[in-house]
Amino acid sequence: MQPILEMRGITKTFPGVNALENVNLEILPAEIHAVVGENGAGKSTLMKVLSGVYPHGTYTGDIVFEGDERKFASIADSENTGIIIIHQELALVPLLSIAENIFLGHETANRGVIDWFEAFKRTKALLDKVGLKEHPNTLITNIGTGKQQLVEIAKALNKKVKLLILDEPTSSLNETDSNALLALLKEFKAQGISSILITHKLNEVSKVADRITVLRDGMTVDTLDANRQEVSEDRIIKAMVGRELSDRFPSRSAKIGEPVLEVKNWSVHHPLHADRQVIKGVDLMVCKGEVVGIAGLMGSGRTELAMSLFGRAYGQRITGEVKIKGKPVDVSTIPKAMKAGLAYATEDRKTFGLVLIDHIKHNVTLANLEGVSKHSVIDELEELSVANKYRRDLAIRCSGVFQTTVNLSGGNQQKVVLSKWLFAGPDILILDEPTRGIDVGAKYEIYGIINQLAEEGKAVIVISSEMPELLGISDRIYVMNEGRFVAEMPAKQATQEGIMRAIMKSWEG
Amino acid sequence: MTDTAIQSQTRTEILRFVKRNIRDYALLLSLLVIMVYFQFSTGGTLFMPVNMTNILLQNSYIVVMALGMLLIIVAGHIDLSVGSVAGFIGAVAGVLMVTYKLDVTISVIICLVLGGLIGGAQGYFTAYYRIPAFIVTLAGMLVFKGLALTVLGGASVGPFPKVFQLLSSGYVPDIFGGTLFDTPFNVLAMAIGIITTALIIYFNFVERRDQQAHGLAEEPDIIFMGRNLLVAAAFLGFTFLMARYKGLPNVLVVMFALIALFVFVTTRTTFGRRIYAMGGNEKAAKLSGINTERLTFLTFAIMGVLAALAGLIFAARLNVATPKAGAGFELDVIAACFIGGAATTGGVGKIIGAVIGAFIMGVMNNGMSIMGIGIDLQQVIKGVVLLLAVFLDVYYKNKA
Repeated sequence: MQPILEMRGITKTFPGVNALENVNLEILPAEIHAVVGENGAGKSTLMKVLSGVYPHGTYTGDIVFEGDERKFASIADSENTGIIIIHQELALVPLLSIAENIFLGHETANRGVIDWFEAFKRTKALLDKVGLKEHPNTLITNIGTGKQQLVEIAKALNKKVKLLILDEPTSSLNETDSNALLALLKEFKAQGISSILITHKLNEVSKVADRITVLRDGMTVDTLDANRQEVSEDRIIKAMVGRELSDRFPSRSAKIGEPVLEVKNWSVHHPLHADRQVIKGVDLMVCKGEVVGIAGLMGSGRTELAMSLFGRAYGQRITGEVKIKGKPVDVSTIPKAMKAGLAYATEDRKTFGLVLIDHIKHNVTLANLEGVSKHSVIDELEELSVANKYRRDLAIRCSGVFQTTVNLSGGNQQKVVLSKWLFAGPDILILDEPTRGIDVGAKYEIYGIINQLAEEGKAVIVISSEMPELLGISDRIYVMNEGRFVAEMPAKQATQEGIMRAIMKSWEG
Repeated sequence: MTDTAIQSQTRTEILRFVKRNIRDYALLLSLLVIMVYFQFSTGGTLFMPVNMTNILLQNSYIVVMALGMLLIIVAGHIDLSVGSVAGFIGAVAGVLMVTYKLDVTISVIICLVLGGLIGGAQGYFTAYYRIPAFIVTLAGMLVFKGLALTVLGGASVGPFPKVFQLLSSGYVPDIFGGTLFDTPFNVLAMAIGIITTALIIYFNFVERRDQQAHGLAEEPDIIFMGRNLLVAAAFLGFTFLMARYKGLPNVLVVMFALIALFVFVTTRTTFGRRIYAMGGNEKAAKLSGINTERLTFLTFAIMGVLAALAGLIFAARLNVATPKAGAGFELDVIAACFIGGAATTGGVGKIIGAVIGAFIMGVMNNGMSIMGIGIDLQQVIKGVVLLLAVFLDVYYKNKA
């Protein structure tokens, strides 16, 4: 059978990273093709190349669709040929109606005047096709996520879709909605529409996928044919994580002391949707001199857990008990949490970590200006020597502490964020994805810093999506999924497969 | 290295430094160019002592409010109500001092506190309920414009007691009573000018020495010297002109003290630093333990006090409280900050910039009036200058 889509030898590089390396993907007509891989394996990047988000010329390799080589310059180009992507974060306008959303940008208009009757008629037909019983006038904000997903699909159908790409479509859906969505994909298949399904949930893969492509570290590692052979989840997991622990980690002699931070029955609700529970009764404990890792997929609630602990920087209706060194503490505001000895270094350095328009010196002292001032007057020279000390200690590579942080590399920005928190002098450091987007050399240095902190007797919590990293630097690992801790294991006994299995099991159970 | 090589190296260094700080120099240069231009086009009237004094008095209340507005803009907000608040406070002052014959000092204190409360109230809605400052202060603008009318019952109230008038029309008394070339010459004013100039230069040199000791002195020698020379010449020339007229106006002393205070607060205190951090990245500031709500609230409260002070200065200058006072002030104040290099996105801006911006506007107003340009055309020209200043800012930022 002639494939409807062939991507051949796709390579895409970002400064310092090879996001995709010689990736091949082949989609047959009327097939459901699952693309799986860990966070950062390159799935999203591959789909962005395919849909024209990264236009032709910014990558190397060929895209052949329906027999012709395609050079998409934009999303509009790929949509016109019938390739439609539905992103994880839905691109609907909440305060417009279903019909308005479906026809946004493709209005049924005559010289700029919209024919609403026509739009409603066609919306109704489309909603029937996807099995959504809602009036076309209903506002998007008034329907649930599952239904919104269906509207997105209806929107895609309206554009005469030939290849539908769904990026983790079920990540925020419940069981029933997920099943309905998967059934819909099967129906499309019967009508001859191919789908690419990007997902973490392997049980869904085995339910609907005809073939499965596994990506790892930006490379195609395996393509499995479910129609020809029995594909077990174990087989897929092995392919996903099969990397050798080749990254080296600096060694550390752990002298683990008494518990420093104890969290009991911590529950958090979504800041906008008060009825959605994001963290569900988490118990957590970290000891003096210990590095505790929190593993989990994106959206499992790790960042939300950390930020809600850090002065309720996330969420509402927060309940639970926090003890530091055995005493109950009040961490209801960020200044109180800092005073209790907590620090949280964010996963999103640019949005939450740094004042990018300001220089290194000002960023380093931002969380502890009292430390360089007397009676609220800043001692500039003291501040300078503090900034220079951290520049030396953490080997921040820069032209000087007056360099604006926006011009620093990711690794050095991370070191500035770490400096800021080290200068605040906390007992407990929560590091959220401390090595995201950082090159290997800088990663090694960050691991060294983490080790040193633990040796100094601080308690460190590391949140990371890179499992080898967690296994390499932690003493103990919690596995998180859907707002719960689903497993806890000493790092020495933990394996990547073990962590993945714990996550998968929690979904099925 | 040969001498010429060293020379060319220092030249590139100087060029690089000027390029990096082009915004600051361009601003000062614009003010100079504008002043020289009007000096010629008004046939030498601009630099006459009486006119210089006038420019100062006419712009003092704009400068005072620009100090607070700069904090607000750096914090990432805006305050549209300052003109109305100034007018309202002027009205209250009129009623207290003229109608109720209340003691001047007590009245002034009441007015300043009231201004702080008004600013604080607007800051409260902005900070704690996250209503955009644009809306809150637009409402405030309407409310206090109306209240000024109510308080005065639609009529003007005046004249003010003599002591109060001194705030705007008084001069630091001359205790020496000297003469120069047979005309009266205010020796005290000149002495104050010389001492202030000496102090400024001294502090500049101390700072420079500290910087050099830590290898931080970026500014090339020649520019540092030139800058100091220019500042000294401007200050001394200016006080000389003032000394030949009536001396130093009281309001100038108040204004100068406030400028010095706000420069100190923005550059040296934790409070100032936190405002810049908040304007630069509010989320990061909040996650660094900064109480951004309280900071916003305080910034607006300070603005309120300054608006009140400006209202008092204006009322004292007119010697009457009128319901129309303060109308449109906010536009000049906001324009001064943006001409002075404050960023619309927050986090960037300097007190000195805002002050120079205010004087650019003031000199243009004054010069154009002397030239007999109609108020209609004046507004057009001022609008174009504002747009041009911000356009150049954005243009060079994108290029860099």
